[in-house]
Amino acid sequence: MSTAVLQARGVRKSFGHTEVLSGIDLDVTPGETVVVLGPSGSGKSTFLRCINLLESLDAGRITVDGRDVGYDVRNGRLHELSPNEIARRRKDIGMVFQQFNLFPHMTALENIIEAPIAVLGEGRREATERAVGLLAEVGLAGREKAYPRQLSGGQQQRVAIARALAMRPKLMLFDEPTSALDPELVGEVLATMKRLASAGLTMVVVTHEISFAREAADRVVFMDAGQVVEQGTPEQVIDNPQHERTRAFLSRFL
Amino acid sequence: MATTVQDAPAAGLELDVRNAAHRKHPWRWLSALVVLVFAAQLVKMLVTNDNFGWDVVWAWLRAESIVRGLGITLMLTVVAMVIGVVLGVLLAVCRISANPLLRSAAGLYIWFFRGTPTLVQLIFFYNLSALLPKLNIGIPFGPVFTSVDTNTLITPLLAAILGLGLNEGAYMAEIVRGGLLSVDPGQREAGQALGMKNSRIMKRIILPQAMRFIVPPTGNQVISMVKATALVSVIALSDLLYTAQSIYNRTFETIPMLIVVCLWYLAVTSVLYVVQSFIERHYNRGARHQAPSFWDFLRIRPKGSAA
Repeated sequence: MSTAVLQARGVRKSFGHTEVLSGIDLDVTPGETVVVLGPSGSGKSTFLRCINLLESLDAGRITVDGRDVGYDVRNGRLHELSPNEIARRRKDIGMVFQQFNLFPHMTALENIIEAPIAVLGEGRREATERAVGLLAEVGLAGREKAYPRQLSGGQQQRVAIARALAMRPKLMLFDEPTSALDPELVGEVLATMKRLASAGLTMVVVTHEISFAREAADRVVFMDAGQVVEQGTPEQVIDNPQHERTRAFLSRFL
Repeated sequence: MATTVQDAPAAGLELDVRNAAHRKHPWRWLSALVVLVFAAQLVKMLVTNDNFGWDVVWAWLRAESIVRGLGITLMLTVVAMVIGVVLGVLLAVCRISANPLLRSAAGLYIWFFRGTPTLVQLIFFYNLSALLPKLNIGIPFGPVFTSVDTNTLITPLLAAILGLGLNEGAYMAEIVRGGLLSVDPGQREAGQALGMKNSRIMKRIILPQAMRFIVPPTGNQVISMVKATALVSVIALSDLLYTAQSIYNRTFETIPMLIVVCLWYLAVTSVLYVVQSFIERHYNRGARHQAPSFWDFLRIRPKGSAA
């Protein structure tokens, strides 16, 4: 395997009789920000959830940092891992959800330090110090003791980003991170994500924010009906789409 | 057109809801009067009716035999509830596990123990020796290592503990399962995405949130259990009720002795009510609705409601 952080080959996934992913190939190199666009039901969120094995694959293969998340290679064959081994491999992949999924019974600070202590074995003091720094980085200095419901949607999503960053991930997955937000709160989350992208974090972002794709993406991937229809720089895909389906999708945002 | 629209409300612009006349509530006053008359009658009866035998009540309230009976009642409640909660968590986890055999085994258990009366289960365990005269420990269908006479092993106390505890497990299983299912699936996914192990996710993320839904009905179960232990008087176990019964069978002071029993049950359940309200507050951290305080039942106007 090469230097790619993420490699997907021929990924297939069905729910019942509906095939949601019909053979996805995608490579993401270190430091790259890849934005996945596509209509609802195109399979882009499912693909993202396959990367950290929140959904299992039916066929194909996904490696992160050269290793399968759910399998070991022994004697030229893939062998399923135990749930605890899968958990250990997931720690390098951060994920930000559409509905934030913060832990409502914990403060912002407790949300962030939970996994570094439990999974990375950090001391409480070290984890707390880093968490305070991360909160400042996402523009929420001083909100350590706030419970999620005391924060606005945009603030909750920024805590969720800080929580994922606290694991020092090699790859960050964003699953429609602004879709559940009021329009006036979208900007603060996108601004945080743009800073992370320019700081060199490797990111795969599923979103409907065309402007974010244009400004922050190194590469835009357009998906439809479970397939990658076309990909390239934002200028190529957004301003000069080659495929009819891409043009039809983008025309709705003009 | 525009002028008429503005003119209509302008007539009363100097009015203010602060000075509005409040509605009269004649029916409230009438119902209060009826309740007061009934209450006065009740008090008069309590004071003037000698059949209550308040001096007898007072004399027996702290008698050694009664307090010992109360001790048995409390011990049974605690042991049966501990068995019930542990069994309930295990059964609930089986009920939502991916293993179909575990799911249906737990379902069958719950079906049986919820579907038959506790009283029948108690008498059944008490008479277990009629079904299985000897209990063996050994390899299934193979050699027996040791064997016990059922009648020596299953004392009335053990029969009571088994009957109440196994029955409680079935009810607790449904309460715990409801609590676990009430937690949003996104919580588990967030824990998984952070690389947390399933056991840690259950302990730190799912259970603390499920507790908000588990504690109130469990409090009910504890209070029910305090009273359900009175059933063991049928298998001649000297709990609070059985002790009182054996006293009034001798002295014929039936009503005063039953009042002694009621006062003790009320005292125990009142203490449990206070404990429950504190536990509920603890698990409500970060939640929108605060748990009701213990004193809320004394409040005439509910907190935060208008008039």
